[in-house]
Amino acid sequence: MTHNRAFLKVFQFVTFFMMLLALYAIFVYAPVEKSMGIIQKIFYLHVPSAFLAFFAFFITFIASILYLYKRDNRWDTIAFCSAEIGVIFCTIVLITGPIWAKPIWNVWWTWDPRLTTTLILWFIYVAYLMLRSVAGENRRSNFSAVFGIFGFVNVPITFLAIRLWRTIHPLVITGKGINISTPMIHTLIIAFVAFCLLFFWLLINRIGLEKMRLKVEEIRASIEDKIHLEHEKQGG
Amino acid sequence: MTFIQKVWAIVWKDIASELRTKEMLLSMCLFSFLVLIVFNFTFDTGLKNLRENISGILWVAFIFSGLMGLGRSFGVERDKGTLHGLLLCPISPWGIYLGKMIGVFIFMVVMEIFTLSVFTVLYNINIIPFLLPLGLIIFLGTLGFATIGTVFSAMSATTKARDVMLSILVFPISVPMIIALVKATYIILWGGAIQEIYPWLKILIAFDLVFLLLAYLTFGFIIEE
Repeated sequence: MTHNRAFLKVFQFVTFFMMLLALYAIFVYAPVEKSMGIIQKIFYLHVPSAFLAFFAFFITFIASILYLYKRDNRWDTIAFCSAEIGVIFCTIVLITGPIWAKPIWNVWWTWDPRLTTTLILWFIYVAYLMLRSVAGENRRSNFSAVFGIFGFVNVPITFLAIRLWRTIHPLVITGKGINISTPMIHTLIIAFVAFCLLFFWLLINRIGLEKMRLKVEEIRASIEDKIHLEHEKQGG
Repeated sequence: MTFIQKVWAIVWKDIASELRTKEMLLSMCLFSFLVLIVFNFTFDTGLKNLRENISGILWVAFIFSGLMGLGRSFGVERDKGTLHGLLLCPISPWGIYLGKMIGVFIFMVVMEIFTLSVFTVLYNINIIPFLLPLGLIIFLGTLGFATIGTVFSAMSATTKARDVMLSILVFPISVPMIIALVKATYIILWGGAIQEIYPWLKILIAFDLVFLLLAYLTFGFIIEE
């Protein structure tokens, strides 16, 4: 336990340091992009968040399969916590995207395959979290594991369908045309590492919190049992 | 009893109870009729607009009233307490799933035939020449919808906010299917070449197969007590 705690402390410190370094790199080290100006800097937050959102949902997918296969509650906890953090990162992506798009593309939103798939992804995992909150205690894990699998398998099909839909209608904006200089790549890598550390730090803590919550529930149930027994004794 | 007979027994149970009350089919048909009417008012039915929107209107009517049928599929079993009886039947979860899914599929097809005939009259579109390709698209779409819908209906029937939960689960997953259905219907209704719908057909078939397989693998976990 103490060993674990020490590790977490170091991890927390490294994450904090990397986040500061990323901020420095984004705002001081990286040059201002010529054609887009200062708004381009949102890119360093947007790209790592997008990757981590997908990564988090992938973890949920794998953990859901493992839960159904092994019937071990640990996998259920991991799937849930990862989905929750994934939704946060996905929300960051969906907020930073339009902020960047308005001055650059002149619209807040386009129905481009990547944008639309991300939005649908967000809806799927918000539904996942809602399902967990309304499902009964004894069914929650099974339901959310099945939905976690359905939701993730659906992503590539959605992407294909939307791409096909958009190739029939001409697409105005393509992802091309952004040339990145070396300091920009460095900044992106630093931001990427920082966000990955942040993700894992959040995930570890969230899982710890969830485990603690389950334990508290267990203790509370056993206390209630004891009180119940005492009452019965006194009554009898 | 063979597996097919067992599945058919479940399907027949749903049909027989529906034939006695006629509650669900009637409300599904009435609802889709209303959707067609409401869309007639919300979109300008000037001919040019209509051409763009019409396949979408048709599928919104199908999907919304299909959702009503889905909600009741397991909801009724839950309310009347017959779900436990169903689970006690000497049949695998996959058999129960197939039985319920085929039931939903049949009710939806009846509703769709009704809606299509009303649609033909109200929107003045002759669908007879396109009956075959349109029928294929509707078959694949209804199958896909019943496939994912039955799984989510079994889930949401046990939760608190039943109907809301069902739509929240079904819609995001059915997005690729809805896109493919609306596009393919659009191409068919406006006389596009049959080759043009092939890519959409592929997506629909892939969607149906993938989710049928997933339902096969996971349905047991959903109904276990």
